[in-house]
Amino acid sequence: MNAIDRKVQPMELVCPAGTPAALRTAVDAGADSVYVGFRDETNARNFPGLNFSRPELEAGIAYAHAKGAKVLVAINTYPRAGDMGPWHRAVADAAALGADAVILADMGLCAHTAEHHPELRRHLSVQASASNPAAIRFYQAAFGVKRVVLPRVLTVDQIRALNREIEVETEVFVFGGLCTMAEGRCVLSGYVTGISPNKDGACSPASHVRYEDQGDKLVARLGGMCVDQFPTGSPAGYPTLCKGRYVTGNDDKAAYLFEEPTSLSMIEHLPALQAAGVRALKIEGRQRGRAYVGRVVQAFREAVDDVAAGLPPNARDLMALAEGGRGTEGAYRKAWQ
Amino acid sequence: MNAALPERTALTLGPVLFNWAPETWRDFYLRIADEAAVDTVVLGEVVCSKRAPLYGVHLPAVASRLKAAGKEVVFATLALVIGPRDLELVEALCGADALIEANDVSALGHLRGRPHAIGPMINVYNEGTLAWLASNGARRICLPPELSADSIEQLGSVAIDREVLAFGRLPLAVSARCYHARSRGLTKNTCQYACDADADGMAVETMEGESFVAVNGMQTLSHACANLLGDVDDLQRRGVRRLRLSPQKVDMVAVAQVFRDRLDGTLAADESLERLEDLAPDLPFTNGFYHHAEGSAWVPARG
Repeated sequence: MNAIDRKVQPMELVCPAGTPAALRTAVDAGADSVYVGFRDETNARNFPGLNFSRPELEAGIAYAHAKGAKVLVAINTYPRAGDMGPWHRAVADAAALGADAVILADMGLCAHTAEHHPELRRHLSVQASASNPAAIRFYQAAFGVKRVVLPRVLTVDQIRALNREIEVETEVFVFGGLCTMAEGRCVLSGYVTGISPNKDGACSPASHVRYEDQGDKLVARLGGMCVDQFPTGSPAGYPTLCKGRYVTGNDDKAAYLFEEPTSLSMIEHLPALQAAGVRALKIEGRQRGRAYVGRVVQAFREAVDDVAAGLPPNARDLMALAEGGRGTEGAYRKAWQ
Repeated sequence: MNAALPERTALTLGPVLFNWAPETWRDFYLRIADEAAVDTVVLGEVVCSKRAPLYGVHLPAVASRLKAAGKEVVFATLALVIGPRDLELVEALCGADALIEANDVSALGHLRGRPHAIGPMINVYNEGTLAWLASNGARRICLPPELSADSIEQLGSVAIDREVLAFGRLPLAVSARCYHARSRGLTKNTCQYACDADADGMAVETMEGESFVAVNGMQTLSHACANLLGDVDDLQRRGVRRLRLSPQKVDMVAVAQVFRDRLDGTLAADESLERLEDLAPDLPFTNGFYHHAEGSAWVPARG
């Protein structure tokens, strides 16, 4: 067989499902895997109205498995001292309900799972922020982790170099919300609101958001603090702390010091990620509605298959779905750092 | 008083997190060696591997002087380890015959089976993780700043020395992106060491002029300064026997003395707080995380 004709195995497309309806939509649109969480603080999208009860997960797994898709359960917050029961129960229930893998961040929970559910496949969450071969080899040796979701701090070149040095699979984010800080290593939200991703599974929570109309402008506040201001009549963004505008000594004008309110979009760079040895692609957005999930998953399904067949990916009109209508390659591009 | 005197609480001086001029860095530690009432000093570059060579020439002499002065010396690893230069730094440090404080999981494989310390940049929220780290060889941990008093107490179920950050700006985040560089239209690779302009971090304010955070290269710190002086009795009741003071551009020798005198009972709570306010008049204090509130909050001592 001619090497040029050979079709490589497509990268696995891992898609968000915040609700049972979104799970079915993602599976129908061509997801290889969906990732979900229980309806509590054990996962990093602990938002009102989202996530799965135990019976919902059971039905969701049955639906996905019937169509050849896998279900990964994110249990990726850090268990509370003296109260690790909810996290241990989440792992046990994911195993009992037939989940294909759990996505974990906490070392203690990794150790617990390896000991009590050795047959349950373990992925390392982005919230563990394993950004180098030594850290990844450590998680593999200590807890038998089979796949690591890479933090969004690496360039494509760095991912390629990393994959040459490790045995476990890598999964990278390709679309959706974008952390500017190393994931799992940011307590900005806790500093301002008392609620943080690691402890509570939420960042810049909606419960602490307030928009204040001052006549000529709208002030977007989080926990009472001004995160951004918008002229009256123009669209107002959500006050995520790392996407706000601030003033530093260098410049009297407010600027997006950390990051602009953009979304990650890597659809055009899928060939480079495949060449870098990436095994799975992750779409962010368990908080998104099923219409959004359906469109994004369908676009990526086609793109991933095209790339595996050696064709260029079709970027289509995904940008309309991106935050602020703008996409960025984020840290995958060297100049970002 | 009929209660037995509690075991003496030790003081640790954390690593200088900022990019101080090499001579400033050296002179700071020489004075610490001679004058500061701290038991342990943590040295090393936690934030950016590009800075390590700058003061590295002074490191051996500073470590010797601190040891000669009777201080325990600990070496801290980088917090965010990405490229080969970062990894080489971690590997070299972990190969040294010294007590190492790991701030990234990349160090844990190297340190396995050997007594070592865990720094505040490794996520330890519960006794499961702490017990695992202790089984890997960890003997001491400086807990992440986000933990509340209840969590700190619960972690006492693991036989390991717990240290709590009691003074200094709180480390809130690290990033692959250098914000000092970005604020000047530069990147990490072309940074021109923009971070050396701000000895206490670059002040960041909201559009309404409210102080928010301090940027230190790739690290973001709180604007407010941790201060657990009013909580030392509570900390001792919860079994904490070691407090960390994180260097700021204030008189750290005097800060250490205030904490020492308060711990020794020679300075009353109110008076110690007033002294600290005099030493750092421009810094608002915070103990919110300890009291299960937002991290920027100040909860006055009861009674």
